Amino acid sequence: MSPWRLAARRFARNRPALTGAVLVAALVLAALLAPLLTADPLAQPDPVRLQNQPPSAAHLLGTDPYSRDILSRTLHGARVSLVVGIGAALLAVTLGAGVGLTAGLAGRRTDQLLMRGVDVALSLPRIVLLLAVFAVWEEAPAAAVVLLIAVTGWFQTSRIVRASVLSLREADFVAAARALGTTGAGIVRRHLLPHIAAPVIVSASLDVGNIILLEAGLSYLGLGVRPPTPTWGNMIMDGKDVLFSAPWVALAPGLALVLTVVAFNLAGDGLRDALDPRAAA
Amino acid sequence: MSGPAPARPPLLEVHDLTVNFSGSDGVARAVDGVDLTVEEGETVGLVGESGCGKSVTALAILRLVEPPGHIAHGSSVRLGGRDLLALGAKEIRAVRGNHVALVFQEPLSALNPVLRIGNQIAEAIRAHEAVTRGTARWRAVEMLTAVGIPDAKRRASAYAHQLSGGMRQRVLLAMALACRPQLLLADEPTTALDVTIQAEILELLDGLQRKLGMAVLLITHNLGIVAERTRRVYVMYAGQIVEEAATEQLFAAPAHPYTEGLLAAIPRLDERRDRLQAIPGQVPPATAWPEGCRFHPRCPHAWAKCGTEMPPLLEVTPGHRARCWLVKEPERRKK
Repeated sequence: MSPWRLAARRFARNRPALTGAVLVAALVLAALLAPLLTADPLAQPDPVRLQNQPPSAAHLLGTDPYSRDILSRTLHGARVSLVVGIGAALLAVTLGAGVGLTAGLAGRRTDQLLMRGVDVALSLPRIVLLLAVFAVWEEAPAAAVVLLIAVTGWFQTSRIVRASVLSLREADFVAAARALGTTGAGIVRRHLLPHIAAPVIVSASLDVGNIILLEAGLSYLGLGVRPPTPTWGNMIMDGKDVLFSAPWVALAPGLALVLTVVAFNLAGDGLRDALDPRAAA
Repeated sequence: MSGPAPARPPLLEVHDLTVNFSGSDGVARAVDGVDLTVEEGETVGLVGESGCGKSVTALAILRLVEPPGHIAHGSSVRLGGRDLLALGAKEIRAVRGNHVALVFQEPLSALNPVLRIGNQIAEAIRAHEAVTRGTARWRAVEMLTAVGIPDAKRRASAYAHQLSGGMRQRVLLAMALACRPQLLLADEPTTALDVTIQAEILELLDGLQRKLGMAVLLITHNLGIVAERTRRVYVMYAGQIVEEAATEQLFAAPAHPYTEGLLAAIPRLDERRDRLQAIPGQVPPATAWPEGCRFHPRCPHAWAKCGTEMPPLLEVTPGHRARCWLVKEPERRKK
């Protein structure tokens, strides 16, 4: 049986991981279907009389201070969180793998240059950097948020990949492939990538939760994706002032946030256990 | 046996091959001025202890020596008259596996644990020939059958860890021979195997060699294998060839004290001994080869000249040469 199928089997036997994966799937589905399931998240049916309404048949999760439907906004908010979380994690992993491979395969000088650069980058506080950028760039589109979070988040991955490449480079099967005339690209594709895929996938899936939290933090501060586009961060912000009189305003996006991050972390842990049985406790 | 000199250039002609490794404690000359030739279809042995430079020689022939090692200027490796050391990266890659293949000694680690063996062999074929994935896979199965793997079609989708050591070595052979190379560099191909499996693999190699008309440079420390399987032998010590002879000649009348020592160290059934014979001392480190003859500190016959002047390869009889002053001054031999 192939190693990937063995891993899939281990994952399927891991109940928390499976729960996480199902939750993630449900979230993705809900986010995709949000426009069909709910009303317009921007509609303000009656800004005077329908403010901060508790949950009711008309508004299942109540309304916010601008009379907007919270269920609709929460589901639409999921789109931002998931796009930013998954998009930035994928991009970051690709960047990290690229730099890690380059550093591991290139000569010592390139390697040193890249890795000392990574050391410097890791010493910069990511959140402060992002705050500064978005404070200046007020109209940043969602794509820019994805890009900037990715660009500031690939450093650990590049280290993991470089370390794997350095040890694989010395492996006999790589020497054997070289001795039989396999090209450099062929060796990377057939012999290196399959081995570094597992740690990279794990690091990416665990990153998603962190990135979603990061994005929520930024939009709570009014940065990144801007109101009135609903994000969980700016929804919690909207609920801050009415936390005691209308707790549901902040509660819905807050719970959604917690649920999402927990789901991604459970799935990520499960992936790690499935892909690297030795690391499993 | 040695026939008239061939009109064509020999298949492999290595001349003055020197490989240096520069490290923090100086330059190690792992291979120092090695000359060797392999004729088409011939099996030649290259014997020596661990660390004598025999594996590096094989790697250097295919230019696979990795930094900090490098092949020194003035070395030459010719395959059918073509200078391999002058080839570009793309051209040397076309030689590897296609004209000259290398099999490694550790069959488990030389196979990628996450690739199916059939795909791995197919990969070796596709590195050189523009064939479809399907054709390559079909040829891989054919190769697996050729190396005596039963039920090859099913085994092609197995992973290395699912096979026994002998089977893995067969897979490696299939990989190396998939493109029908003219020359196989077999670096200790049976060291990791049981004695019975060793014999099977060598037998298989023999058969394939005859079928494909391929030459083999058999690198080993096992003199028994050399005696049975090779036509000519080179003995290496401390980075140099110290003796070169037809196999029978070498075993019947070794000329270099090192070779004598190696042969004397083989235990024999028809002779009762309480202790195994050994060569005193140990191989010097490659960063500090001794002055003069490199074997002189361990040699029972050494005299003053041996410590100052390095002997060249001296002819004992035609086709038999030894790097020892005794060839010129046999009266110095101690009884």
